[in-house]
Amino acid sequence: MHNPTAEPRPSIYYNYQVHQPWLPSQHGPQVRQKVVIAGSGPAGMVVALELARHGVPSVIVTSELQVSQGSRAIVFTRRSMEILQQVGVADRMTENGLPWRFGNSYYRGERVFRLEAPHDPDDRFFPMLNIQQQYMEEYLLDACNASDLIDFRWGNQVTHVQQMEGFAKVELDTPEGPYTLETNWLVAADGGRSGIRSAMNLQMEGASYEGFFVIADIKIDLPLPTERLAYFDPDWNRGNTILMHREPHGIWRVDYQLPEGETPEEALKPESLKTRIDAQLAMIGHAGAKWEMDWSSVYSARTLTLPDYVHGNVIFTGDAAHLLPIFGVRGANTAFQDAQSLGWQLAFVVKGLTSQKLLKNHSSERVGAAREIIHESGKSTRFMAPPAGGFQLLRDAVLSLSLTQAFVRPLYHWRTSRPHEYTHSMLNSRGDDNALFTAGPAHGAPPQNIRLAPDDFLLDHLGGGFDLLYFTEADAVPDALMAVVTSARAKGVPLRVIAVGSCPSVAGADVTLADAEGHFRQRYGVQASGAGYLLRPDQHVCARWLTLDATRLQDALTAAMPQ
Amino acid sequence: MTPNPTLSLTGLETVYDALATAIDQAGSEKKELFLVKLALLNANALGDADLFQQQLHIALQDL
Repeated sequence: MHNPTAEPRPSIYYNYQVHQPWLPSQHGPQVRQKVVIAGSGPAGMVVALELARHGVPSVIVTSELQVSQGSRAIVFTRRSMEILQQVGVADRMTENGLPWRFGNSYYRGERVFRLEAPHDPDDRFFPMLNIQQQYMEEYLLDACNASDLIDFRWGNQVTHVQQMEGFAKVELDTPEGPYTLETNWLVAADGGRSGIRSAMNLQMEGASYEGFFVIADIKIDLPLPTERLAYFDPDWNRGNTILMHREPHGIWRVDYQLPEGETPEEALKPESLKTRIDAQLAMIGHAGAKWEMDWSSVYSARTLTLPDYVHGNVIFTGDAAHLLPIFGVRGANTAFQDAQSLGWQLAFVVKGLTSQKLLKNHSSERVGAAREIIHESGKSTRFMAPPAGGFQLLRDAVLSLSLTQAFVRPLYHWRTSRPHEYTHSMLNSRGDDNALFTAGPAHGAPPQNIRLAPDDFLLDHLGGGFDLLYFTEADAVPDALMAVVTSARAKGVPLRVIAVGSCPSVAGADVTLADAEGHFRQRYGVQASGAGYLLRPDQHVCARWLTLDATRLQDALTAAMPQ
Repeated sequence: MTPNPTLSLTGLETVYDALATAIDQAGSEKKELFLVKLALLNANALGDADLFQQQLHIALQDL
């Protein structure tokens, strides 16, 4: 019998709601599902919401009765916000989160590096936004509950998965005992300690780094702006690194590395936490400031990924698929990109619009992204928490030089999570004009947002299917192009035409966006009327043409939906 | 292409003495750190990551 706690989790600032468990006796016999998602974290819920946008129903099963314990992921990137906008929760994130774009690194009391993340006037969202994971999950949960296509089952723990011929059999335990659910696809979004991954005995590839970090959330009134603070090798914690971030509701995240040989249990003792947090506050000029502990945890840096995310009818996503270091905010921010990618590609397979080759493509694109992240975050990790020996010496030499030598200071840059570009995706068109463009998002890249009016941006108009951006001076989309669009739609392919031009309304287009001053055209490298960009349902570019014709549009759609 | 300038014998002798003295000045606990700092400064002045790699290989020989 699975009995998750019905006690609200403790928190100074967050009011946990305990949900009722879903009990099999209160529901009829269980038919075979199209998609079951194990896990209700950011990856699981975004997959469900993306599937629902494409009309595909899913069941989310989660062992707990409430959202995340503690703040966990607190920093969300611009691309994450663009993805969350697609599933309808970006406004609530913006309303309640703290935007920021500056980061500071300190050594021996001096600020040796200041990062200013660029904020393009064409972007709707800030480079970073801080908010506790409980709120993010609550907003996603509300969006899931608002959908008729998402069946959310609290208190359902996956105990066993059996791969069958073309489906999976999932054994679940509940507060009144077990039941079985069959599903064509099981999405394993059950987190870094994925029980499904362990039970299937799948090995991850990559490296684990020595050393533990404590994460502590404290309530304290500090007169400091929302900027990232990093302290290297301070007197109270020699050789180690401390990070601080402001969170909403007067909470600060303090994140510090443990001395070699200390166990997580020792580090989480209240007196140990108190001594170190007091020492950190004293170092930044706030000795004796009053604070209250909200939540603490321990982590170690790992750069690991499964080499393939699709195993029979089970698909791994988010932390269940890979474990990435915290430096550079790569956990949830990568999970959102995984989920956005999986959502549409799984939906297209479920709906029979493409063959299962699309899921192979999803796996290879996202494994590629994880490997790129591992390469980049390995560099950050070797600077933030260098292994003993050569890396430690080099890092210490850089700290020392950075007080006087500007050339080493860029090494403090922590390489924040950024969207992966699917440059070599099999979905990219081969016969288009990608290589002839001198500006604009290339093959596999996410689109550059465009500010159309004070509260109106390009990305507000995209998503839910393929989007064809058609740049034209004319007042109609040519008939030959419309014939290709109509024929794709007749097969059930969601495809919208967004005209960008000077006419107030372009016949054939679902939406016309004005570009009177040519700013949009310029950012997209468009030189003449008749150019086009084809964006996949996850908005990444899969084809672009200086002059679009019907044959090449058809070729691009064929390439993007492998049969 | 002009070959990289090399040290004259007098220059080499000056570097020899100066480096030895500086290692002693850094002290036994800090000499590694000092040498790594120096290597980074020299690499930056060299301005050539490939040439630096070649020098790494040479320095690793016959240890």
